[in-house]
Amino acid sequence: MDDIISIEGLVKRFGDKVAVNGLDLGIRRGELFGFLGPNGAGKTTTIRCISTLTNFDSGSIIVNGHDLLKDPNRAKRCMGLIQQQVSLDKDLTIRENMISHAMYHMMGKKERNRRIDELSEYFGLGEYLDKPVDSLSGGWKKRAAIVCAMLHEPDILFLDEPTSGLDINARRLLWDVVTNLNKSGTTIILTTHYIEEAEALCDRVGIIDHGRIIALDTPESLCDAIGSVAVEYKVDGRTSYQYFDSRDAANTFVSELDVDSEILIRRTNLEDVFVKLTGSSAEVLR
Amino acid sequence: MIDFLRQVYYVAWGDIRFLRHNFLNIMIMSVMSPILYLIAFGYGLRTGTTDIGVSYVAFVIPGIVALSSMNSSFSSTSTRMNVQRLYYKSFDEMMMCPLSMGAIVLGKCMLGLVRGLIGCTFLYVLGIFLAPELEFSFAFLLCMVLSCIMFSLLGMMAALLARSHQSMNVFNSLVVLPMTFLCGTFFSVSSLPAVFQAILYCLPLTHSSLCLRAAALPEYLSFPWISFGLIFVFGAVFFCINLYLLKKRKI
Repeated sequence: MDDIISIEGLVKRFGDKVAVNGLDLGIRRGELFGFLGPNGAGKTTTIRCISTLTNFDSGSIIVNGHDLLKDPNRAKRCMGLIQQQVSLDKDLTIRENMISHAMYHMMGKKERNRRIDELSEYFGLGEYLDKPVDSLSGGWKKRAAIVCAMLHEPDILFLDEPTSGLDINARRLLWDVVTNLNKSGTTIILTTHYIEEAEALCDRVGIIDHGRIIALDTPESLCDAIGSVAVEYKVDGRTSYQYFDSRDAANTFVSELDVDSEILIRRTNLEDVFVKLTGSSAEVLR
Repeated sequence: MIDFLRQVYYVAWGDIRFLRHNFLNIMIMSVMSPILYLIAFGYGLRTGTTDIGVSYVAFVIPGIVALSSMNSSFSSTSTRMNVQRLYYKSFDEMMMCPLSMGAIVLGKCMLGLVRGLIGCTFLYVLGIFLAPELEFSFAFLLCMVLSCIMFSLLGMMAALLARSHQSMNVFNSLVVLPMTFLCGTFFSVSSLPAVFQAILYCLPLTHSSLCLRAAALPEYLSFPWISFGLIFVFGAVFFCINLYLLKKRKI
């Protein structure tokens, strides 16, 4: 599978602070890629560099064959971004926001009306089109933002914390939308605070810490790499975790364990991988 | 070129819709303060004839039009940009699109231009009734358009440099407010000491006032071509700074 985004040696500094520190990454065409990392690890900065919203200090980014430094406009045509905060113009209606977006991508009147009708129907936004942005709930605003980002039929869609602040129903609905878009061929790059979201949706996950990718693989392979079986137990009121390659090895460890509390043997999940690799509590993600 | 102009229109489209949605509010805001200035400074403070031979009202109206072009154009561009950039984040969406940076700069200034022209035209039409010496000429219209564009570009620059709404207020207090009262809008700059004159000639509103006054009173004043050229220079400098800020993403 070829890489639709290829990043080499990406460095971005904010004053003395190095936000992205020589990051190398290839994102495959058609995949749903998840970016995980503690707060301040460099996820959003990396996304902003790829999506041309922030200049970078060194390195190269190739998007769909176009060098971001040499030919940013061609690269921009291939990309759509949904930011963490819904970035619709609240002084305009939903339809006006969509028309604006289409215009920014130089779409003609006929084409943009067709796409707005088509996508609004798909996302169930038809009856809200002429309403002000603030009359919609968070979930519906997010859908409207997705429509805006999809109008020009981008090959790559960035979703920066798309479900943060949404209730569980809206979140599940959005998961369906994201999966369907990916199935229709759009490459999706997702940053999320919800590890279970990345585990459920993503083909591959990259864990970023201190501006570098420290792990990159499928969720299953990442779990297997630290040990596919987890043993969870409490010592002095504090939960400890041990990881093993097989259930037998886990059972042997448990039989030798001298603790009073309940012991749980389960399959390793992405949260375990995250905690083990970054040394952060998964709570910092929430 | 046609493609560039199309991009300018597309960038401006959302702002023009915003203007349509809020037309009445914006009109009231655009004309209220110039009318108050006109009443307070034109009638309240002084009457009689000025040293160029026209009534003070005729003298002050072109100055208030220049002031109105600054206030309306600067504030509408800077406020909307500030809100779109810092609060709605919708400015980021535009920056992600394949638009020329020059088109973004000009497009974002159109709201200020349109609002400035509406306010200035209203005020000047009112002024012509009050002071029959005033003329409405092509030169006056051109100066008004250039002045509105220049202050729109300044408003965009202020909004791009602002890190918060508070820092916009600081820019207003340090740059816009002193210009309001000092740049030859209510009195002739030449009546001040040379040092003050030198400082005031470095500010764009002084040149707008000079040009608009001369264009409105052609029988009494010769046209200040240097000031006219300096309006272009100020506009070009503000345009280039905006372009630089956008290209370097120093925003």
